[in-house]
Amino acid sequence: MNIVTSLKRGVLLVKVEGELDMHVATEFRETVDNALESSGVKHVLFNLEAVKFIDSSGLGVLLGRYKKISGLGGIMSATQIQPQVLQIFELSGLLKIIKLYHSEKEALECL
Amino acid sequence: MAIKNQITMRIRSLSENVGIARVSAAAFAAQVDFTLNEIEEIKVAVSEAVSNAVIHGYEYQDGEIEITMTLYEDQLEYIIVDHGKGIADIALARQPSYSSDPERMGLGFAFMESFMDELYIESEINKGTLVRMVKKTLLTTEH
Repeated sequence: MNIVTSLKRGVLLVKVEGELDMHVATEFRETVDNALESSGVKHVLFNLEAVKFIDSSGLGVLLGRYKKISGLGGIMSATQIQPQVLQIFELSGLLKIIKLYHSEKEALECL
Repeated sequence: MAIKNQITMRIRSLSENVGIARVSAAAFAAQVDFTLNEIEEIKVAVSEAVSNAVIHGYEYQDGEIEITMTLYEDQLEYIIVDHGKGIADIALARQPSYSSDPERMGLGFAFMESFMDELYIESEINKGTLVRMVKKTLLTTEH
């Protein structure tokens, strides 16, 4: 897994690449939490274009970040989600709490 | 039922092996005419079962997990066995949103159940857990 965080228009952009499972869960959680704390922003946008696999361990981290972000009054959203990952999001109910966008540009305009 | 093909893998209970297990499961499934989506479903189900063994069965301690993949005429079967602490209440563990950890969604068994055609769990405290999952293969017409 490769994870890159950056700031754009007051939104923390998290670009993830690889497979989100239990092996990377801790690193994924810590990277996002550290970036949230050091940046001081509250909205987070995940770019999931390069995420080819996710299971309940990966979803757990996303759910944990959702709780944290919404606790700060922020909005969590995601962009360019792949079909197989989308299926998992739908089944888990995560789609009800995470707003999806087609592109980073569209997401940043709406946030 | 005649066995057409079978592979047994023994892996240590390490998180890095979860990826190896699901990729192997997908490679084994690729000999059947599954759709890409069905192969993805198998990957998730096997990933959940092996993750459970590492996280709950062995609680991140060293142990051995045995994965047996068997191809029959009309179905593909995955059996994942650990010799860890076992599940106290299987019916409770199978419920969606049940998890012993607040950062987890408790969807492991729910995913195994949704993505496979059969799910059977056998467990004994301090003895271990066996998860058996079956995916039916499409009955191909003979030419």
